[in-house]
Order: sequence, then structure tokens, then C-alpha cells
Amino acid sequence: MLTRAYKGDYVQIGDTVLRPGERAPQVPEDTKKVPLEMRVKGFMENDSAQIGQEVMVKTVIGRSIRGILMAVNPRFTHDFAGPQPELLHIGSELKKILRTVKADEL
Amino acid sequence: MNYKKYEEVMNQKARIMKDSIGIDYEDFEQGNFSFDYEKMMRVCGYELEEIIDIQRKSGVGNTPLLELENITKLARMLSPKGKGARIFIKDEASNPSGSFKARRAAVSVYHAKKLGYSGIISATSGNYGAAVASQAARSGLNCIVVQEVYDSKGIGQPEILEKGRSCEAYGAEVVQLTVGPELFYYFLLLLEETGYFNASLYTPFGIAGIETLGFEVAQQVRSIAGKDPEAVVITHAGGGNVTGTARGLKKAGCGNTQIIAASVDLKGLHMASDTDFNKKSFTTGHTGFGIPFATWPDRADVPRNAARPLRYMDRYGLVSQGEVFYVTEMLAQLEGLERGPAGNVSLAAAFALAQEMDDDQIIVVQETEYTGAGKHPLAQLAFAKAHGVEVTRGNPEENRPGVNIVIPERPEQIRFCDINMQSLKESYLKNIDNNYLKGKKDCLTSIDLEFLAEEIRLGKGKICDLLQVR
Repeated sequence: MLTRAYKGDYVQIGDTVLRPGERAPQVPEDTKKVPLEMRVKGFMENDSAQIGQEVMVKTVIGRSIRGILMAVNPRFTHDFAGPQPELLHIGSELKKILRTVKADEL
Repeated sequence: MNYKKYEEVMNQKARIMKDSIGIDYEDFEQGNFSFDYEKMMRVCGYELEEIIDIQRKSGVGNTPLLELENITKLARMLSPKGKGARIFIKDEASNPSGSFKARRAAVSVYHAKKLGYSGIISATSGNYGAAVASQAARSGLNCIVVQEVYDSKGIGQPEILEKGRSCEAYGAEVVQLTVGPELFYYFLLLLEETGYFNASLYTPFGIAGIETLGFEVAQQVRSIAGKDPEAVVITHAGGGNVTGTARGLKKAGCGNTQIIAASVDLKGLHMASDTDFNKKSFTTGHTGFGIPFATWPDRADVPRNAARPLRYMDRYGLVSQGEVFYVTEMLAQLEGLERGPAGNVSLAAAFALAQEMDDDQIIVVQETEYTGAGKHPLAQLAFAKAHGVEVTRGNPEENRPGVNIVIPERPEQIRFCDINMQSLKESYLKNIDNNYLKGKKDCLTSIDLEFLAEEIRLGKGKICDLLQVR
């Protein structure tokens, strides 16, 4: 993983929006104990920075935002996962049931 | 960075909202606490013909209505003789951004452009984000989507990560937040900073955008079967899908079509809880939105919510997460349609409901949604397991949200569990009492009473009894 970004690199930054004591009164206890955090991606405006340093980015629509550099060329981490045994047989089970029916019964 | 205080921003809500939507909701207020719903829809919405035109020019709508012949056959095998309605599905995944939300977005974006806004913001973790981003891209508007994505450990819900990726694909800026209702606070900050239009899910024009869905269902069923559908099943969360579809069906003249709402059962999981957040395998179409929004629609971002589901739903019931995953497999393997899973909540419901209906009747599942990495059942089940949720095959009655996901062993185990409509209506009235009347029964004018009768479709005498007013 890249640890240094340069001007114009596409990066992800993060920032704390509300600290634990500043959260909305209606949030449940577990959520009250943690900060509200934000992440956004954009093109870095500083000449150079290490992960963890404060930087400015310009987002894809041109908004300038300050935050802590979290990732350079941030990749998408979600995927299809692997096969799930609980789903693997449903299709053949259902087809087997359907095959037992005669056309004139319906 | 220093942000304004939460309370300071929330106190500015009314002004920021007015500037960002261009509607003065005061114009529709009446009585002591009610408002003229139909006037609001008439003045601020668009005529059905205009919407059809806007959506046609945006590539939205006119989606296919497909008969699910194999699933119907299967339902008939499980039904008593003479039962088992024909099941149809409206393939809303064929909209530009892959869901029915494109209908809402097309009208919101059209309206924003007409009013001269240079950009549009949507606060949503659902398919609506991609819908707004896609329509904004066509119209040359800047777009920001604000999502609730991560828990405090920085672990993102895969379905929402995918929706964020999709928004980025359409050129939107995506602001990702951790769990909490303060997403709305951040949304207000952004509206104020940018002066963009608020693509609220709950404006009159947003809801009017869904009317075409109901209208198309009526026309398509009539052209296939020469009659109106007996029932339309609608996945219910914030209420817009039910409201818009039902209004469209009514505008098409379907007076006898039963409007059936369905949500996935996530009871017991707190929507704003950091620890519960990643124990959900559904991020929409669930009870966490469905019940609160039915019993108190005006909890939305706008002062008056145009989505008012109790005005329209004849029945409302639940299915479990495992049942929806099961029918998602069923739809793919028996009908060749890989969709959902969240959009398949109404399919699970319809599969059970069809078995109660006569075999010459028609039940329509009014949406599908696109599937993909993160959204897919495989990704969701793997994610659930990684968060300590047990996944098994078994009896779905043993489903406990956040603890386990029970995938049915046989199709006959799929059930539609009705929610008592009367108790929903009573909850609604309790909310009226707590928020407006506050025990002062003389606040209830005849206009207000009229409004309540339309809101929950209950006689005025009954409402007075329930509110203990005489």
C-alpha cells in the first residue's frame, strides 16, 4: 500500500465531525461513546504528504476539504465473497420439486 | 476541522430546508396541526402526464412486467386446489441506475434544474444515491451523496459500499459517515455550504415520480390479462414506494386493487446503534424504517412528508432476512433473473400471499433492483457470519434479527406475517397526541379530525374514541 501521496494524486481523507461529547442527544449509549467520522475522496492539493498528515483535497465536483490522509488510490474492498453452503442447494432443490408436477395438474 | 455545534445547525433546519427545496410548507398548513395533503401534491408536484414525459426523456420507466411462471407453478403446488395467483414482477432494475429510485430522482433533478440550482445533494445510504447521481450526470448538475457507511471500527456495510461506488461511477462526490442520525446534521452543513438543491426522498415531486410505476403496472396488467391486478405488493421503508405506487394505481382507475406493503423484519436492532449497525443484512426495506415512517411520516427531513403510507396500505406484513435470501435464489434459478436482494422483500411476501389467492387472480411484485458486489446474498451472508450472526438452514420462524439468519429448508416455510393495521393506526394517533395535542383535546378542530380520518382511513367517531375526545 502506498504511504506517500503527491499533488494531484487521488486520495481518501478522514475527519472527526463530532467528538463523543458533542453527539446528538437522541443517539443510543454505544454510539454516544464514539465520534462521528467522515471520509471523502479527492485530488490532493499539497505537494506531498504521508498517511496520517493533514492535507487538502479537491473533490471530483471541485469542493475543497481538509482532513487526515488515509489512503492513496483507495481501492474498493467489497466483493461477492465466496460460495455460501446455505444457498448452494436451493436452486436444485426447487427444480426437483417443480419436476414432480405434471402439466395437467396446474 | 472545526464544525458548527450540532444544536446550532439543527436550529437552522427550517430555513436551510426552505432554501434548498424552494417549497414554503406554511402554505398548506390548516387547523391546529394538520395540512392540506392533496393541495400540496397538486401545487408542488407535477401532473402524471408531465412526469411521464420527464421520465421518458431521462430514460426512466417503461420497465418490463414479467410473469414468473415457474414461481407461480411452485406456489400452486403448495396451495389448496384452485388457489395460487399468477405472480408478475415489475423489473425496475432496468432503470438507468438499476432501481425504481430513478423515477424519484428524474423528477427531483428536473425540478432542481428548472429552479436554477447548480447542484443537488442526497442524504441516503440506499439506491436513491445512485439514482440521483445518474440523473444529475445526464442533466449536468453537480451531485453530492451523503451516506451512513461505517461502524466506529471503520468497517463498511458492503451493500452501502457498493452503492457508494455506484454513485462515484456517475461522477458524484460521496461523503461517507459513521453510524448516527447526525448524518442529517452533516447534510444541512453541506446544503448551506453549497447552496445546492435537496433531493429529499419525501418531496411532493419525488413521490409523484413513483406514480408512473403504479400507472404502468395497471396498464401492463390490463394489456396482458384484460383486467386490473387483484393485489400489488410493495417493499416498504420510508413510505414513498407505497404512496407513489398506490397513487399511480388509483390514477389509472384501479379502485379494487389491494395495496400490500412488506418489510423485512429487523425488530430489536437499533437503527442508530454503532454495535447493531453491521448486524443487519438489509439496509433498506426493513422495519427500522417501515414502522416509524408509517406511524409518524413527518419524521422526515422536510416539514411535511409527501409519503404517507397509512393512507394507502390495505395490509402490511413482514418476512425474514433468510426468506428474502431464499427467494432471491429462487428468482435467479427458476426465472433467470439475478436481482436484489433488498428489492425481493415484496417477492418473498407475494410468494406466500399468492397461495391465499384464487388461481385466476393476479399479484404483482412492483420492483426489482440491481445486484452486484457487496449487495449480493453471498457478500451479505459472509459479512453476517463475520459479525457473529449465525447462518443456518431451518425454520424461518426461528429467525432472530442480529442473532441468526435462518434460510428456509422448503418453499412452504415462507410466510407473510401480518402486522395488525389497527395497532399501527393507534400508534399513529399516539404520535399525534404526543407531538401536537399533548393532552389538550380541545386542540382537535374539525379540519384536523377530517385530516386524521384521511391519514389513517378510520371513522371520525372511532378516532375521537381512541384519542379520548368527545
